[in-house]
Amino acid sequence: MKRYDVVVVGAGHNGLTTAAFLAKAGLDVVCVEKNDYIGGAAVSLELHKDWIYSNCSYVCSLLRPEIFRALELHKHGLQITPYGGSLTFMQNGDYFGSYHDPEVKYREMSRFSRRDADAYKHYAADTQRQCRFIRDFLLTTPPDPTSFHPRDIAGLLDIGKRFADMGEDRMYETLRFWTMSVADYLNEYFETDVIKAALSGSGIIGTALGIHSPGTAYVLLHHYMGDVDGNVGAWGFARGGMGAVSNAIAGAFQAHGGELRTESGVGHIRVRDGKIAGVALENGDEIDADVVVSAMDVKRTFLDCMDESDLPAHFVRKVREFKIRGSSGKLNIALDGLPEFPALPKGSTLYHSDMHFIDSMQRMERAYDDWKDGTWSQDPYIDMVIPTMNDPTMAPPGKHFMSCFVQYCPYEIDGRAWTDEERQQFADTVIDQIANYSPNFKDLILHYEIRTPADIESQIGITEGNIFHGELTMDQLLFNRPVPGYAQYRAPVDGLYMCGSSTHPGGGVMAAPGANAAREILKDLKYANTVPENFGDD
Amino acid sequence: MTERFDAIVVGAGHNGLVCAALLAKAGKKVLVLEARDEVGGAAVTRPFADGFSVSAGAHLLHQLQPKVMKALGVTVPLTNERLSTVALSGSGEHLFIDDHSVAGASDKDAEAFTEFMGWSDTFARFLNRQLMKPPPRLGSGQRKDTIRLARLGLDLRMLGRADMRDFLQLIGQNIYDELDARFDSELLKGAIALDAVTGTHTGPRSPGSLVTWLYRLCTGGHVSQPAGGLGAVSKALADRAEALGVTIQTGVPVDRIVVDNGRVVGVDTAEGRVSSWKVISNADPKTTVFGLVGARHFESTFVRRVHHLRSKGNVAKLHLGLDALPDVAGLRPEDYGGRFLLAPSADAVERAFNPAKYGRCSSKPVFEVCFPSVSDDSCAPAGKHVLSALVQFAPYDHEGGWTDVARADFLDGSVAALDEAMPGLRERILHSELRTPVDLEAEFGVSGGHWHHGELGLDQFMFVRPVAGAAQYRMPLDGLYLCGAGTHPGGGVTGAPGYNAAQVILERERSR
Repeated sequence: MKRYDVVVVGAGHNGLTTAAFLAKAGLDVVCVEKNDYIGGAAVSLELHKDWIYSNCSYVCSLLRPEIFRALELHKHGLQITPYGGSLTFMQNGDYFGSYHDPEVKYREMSRFSRRDADAYKHYAADTQRQCRFIRDFLLTTPPDPTSFHPRDIAGLLDIGKRFADMGEDRMYETLRFWTMSVADYLNEYFETDVIKAALSGSGIIGTALGIHSPGTAYVLLHHYMGDVDGNVGAWGFARGGMGAVSNAIAGAFQAHGGELRTESGVGHIRVRDGKIAGVALENGDEIDADVVVSAMDVKRTFLDCMDESDLPAHFVRKVREFKIRGSSGKLNIALDGLPEFPALPKGSTLYHSDMHFIDSMQRMERAYDDWKDGTWSQDPYIDMVIPTMNDPTMAPPGKHFMSCFVQYCPYEIDGRAWTDEERQQFADTVIDQIANYSPNFKDLILHYEIRTPADIESQIGITEGNIFHGELTMDQLLFNRPVPGYAQYRAPVDGLYMCGSSTHPGGGVMAAPGANAAREILKDLKYANTVPENFGDD
Repeated sequence: MTERFDAIVVGAGHNGLVCAALLAKAGKKVLVLEARDEVGGAAVTRPFADGFSVSAGAHLLHQLQPKVMKALGVTVPLTNERLSTVALSGSGEHLFIDDHSVAGASDKDAEAFTEFMGWSDTFARFLNRQLMKPPPRLGSGQRKDTIRLARLGLDLRMLGRADMRDFLQLIGQNIYDELDARFDSELLKGAIALDAVTGTHTGPRSPGSLVTWLYRLCTGGHVSQPAGGLGAVSKALADRAEALGVTIQTGVPVDRIVVDNGRVVGVDTAEGRVSSWKVISNADPKTTVFGLVGARHFESTFVRRVHHLRSKGNVAKLHLGLDALPDVAGLRPEDYGGRFLLAPSADAVERAFNPAKYGRCSSKPVFEVCFPSVSDDSCAPAGKHVLSALVQFAPYDHEGGWTDVARADFLDGSVAALDEAMPGLRERILHSELRTPVDLEAEFGVSGGHWHHGELGLDQFMFVRPVAGAAQYRMPLDGLYLCGAGTHPGGGVTGAPGYNAAQVILERERSR
């Protein structure tokens, strides 16, 4: 049987990225995937005839431009089109729009408060400064602060230096920013509830935290860092749905000679004499390799696919304690036409935006209280987009695809599995929320797919369906991600590596974990590095 | 008053007294001005009904820094050196917590508790070493700050690799998950969760609540009750300060701190001006900047930071005069001298916190309760008793204000909840007094009625406490210092801020 240099487990965008960079370096790589399609959570599926669903991740913002260029993804068909701002519908029939054009944005904010419109400039500058600071560390391996290895010390000194270069005042601001709640952060700039509510969503998307939880200001960055075409904060759609991202990376991987195998779920990661021996597939096949890279989340990798006896006990305990919480669900809808929103002027560019229905901070936080009580939010935070407004390839002419990301939605209801009835009630909650603002919405629905965290888990494999493969809280960032002492992509078995979003810098369709892991593997195997450096500031 | 002082301390709270006494000990001529008629600030004992008195602010001692007391040579007489803690259960199956052990829990939980307390202690001790010195300034380029920072780094390394990793992780963790991973008993989790968040505007699920738990344990975690209440601690400090030559004047409110030519020159009181090149404010940062000095004397970025300081209190105080002690099933007579935690689960604490986020009070509040009269007969008539409780959560910004109706509702709800846990309590109530954060603000002059003079959250801790640019007790105005709970390390009757402030002031003198 054929022996490979490397087996990558999971053909999500991170697994594919690692695989592509390793293949590019000349290694013989096979990437195995349990589903009969690739992409993991960055996927396009035809779930209703002639409709392409981005049924998991739905927008592209964080994909590292360095990786885009190094893998020449444009040659493999990836096109990203920016989209138009964001929108919050208000209960009083009004709306608050956020536009790309700073002049228009200013005018819109001034409708609510001139002071807020003025404050936005400072808010944007301060937030972008934080983005730039963290962005420099995305494509680097976090140093281990407890190590005396020269590389770690150099890494720490580098962080220290960049931090010190900010100057005293900004260092303090950064310390506070990392530890604050997004609500407190926004309160320092703005007075209008709807503006704060609109901006606060980015602080909690994908997390099991509320806007008042300390540490959520940081999460803003994971959404503001959007680097489409080098613009900090810009977002875009992948033409053909999010699967186009994975397909392009897979194209690059295959162009470098890599091999993809779908319907090849890994049942077990084999260890012999303390070293990696390969993987055993669920279908009984075995693949031998000295290096195995897991793109699955850490719980699935170490608790489900390995023998505990092959791992240090302390490590296993830490993996058990690693927090991967199901906190968001999705509703993907095929529409017979464009829903009307009477609050919006006809033909408004905001039909191209991401839309929300929560107009106050209190409603945002209350949605979280429901989750803590073990149920989905009765008044949920919905991040809704209609990708077909920008990308007509995803539905027949005149028809539309709508993606609703819904927060909060628990993995279990009150500690037990979801019933079908509850799934339906969850969907109805979302549909009713939208229909409150769009009278013809319900009539346009042709088909929809309900995705609770449990559904996402069973289909994609991510524990609890957590979109980031693990909470983005301070205790699980940088050198703490996923486990302190194991943040450098190496698992505690010779030849085993991690490259999924459980590792630094975390989730989002960023591909940075995959690229960082590839760099470490190439270093260990003494192959020339193919992974690009940070561009640094644009 | 034409006398000149080396330093004037505004406010005779326990930190102001500590600071004044330490400066006097170093030979300085110090004046302490206190607006109220007695010293102590929120560490004070006063009557609340005929024959009944209570520690009106803080009601137990758990973090008083031995180093401070030793430096001053003060000992506080205690009626009860180590109170046991009882986590009250509705079913009578209470947990009896004593330092590192718990009785009444399953063997597994009991063992896990001892391990958890040992684990907590390691980090609490590390934390305490950082609390008893001023935090280093970042990026000042000064040698002393570089040394302090290096020491902090070294201290962290000295924890050893495993503990250092744990510490760097636990900073951002919440207490809820930690407890969930360790214990089965909901009651035990509730008790620890309550202790972790008491006095703050956070629930057990809020990241950072593990640090506030360690903060609570920084001097070992023992809870004690001083003879004569908390006021006795303040009196002992005041007596010592006076013996060291400090002049303390009560009933003399400071109208303003006088600034001339960009520096502090003294204070104005109703009786006239007292001059000094140094004024040390024991008041909270907001009161100091906006009330005593005036925002116009500070640069606008700094004013903005002080303005945004989160300092809204969330704890109410409930004082009851009782005809007799309640009779709780499962308690022995000696147990009543302890401390009671009424929090059935960590979720109950979180749920009690939920409405506080929206300016409302929970219908099921959680409590820390003690009966100081059990071991101290000076606070109630013979045979009668006093119940003192911290009730959470009671937001300062009550939706619609703390009107008489809101107060009555909250009092009723609190008494009902207490009565449920301690059947028969209601019939034994002779007097009651409820102190909301608004009342505490009015009584003690603390802005927001916040215990810590400013929320004890990670974004207001160490380097950035109370605000960036004033974490070393010096305000950005020549001659003005802070020494209250709003500064590093924070509130509680610790004496640490006063001690650290005195060190900074004396160090600056020496370097001149």
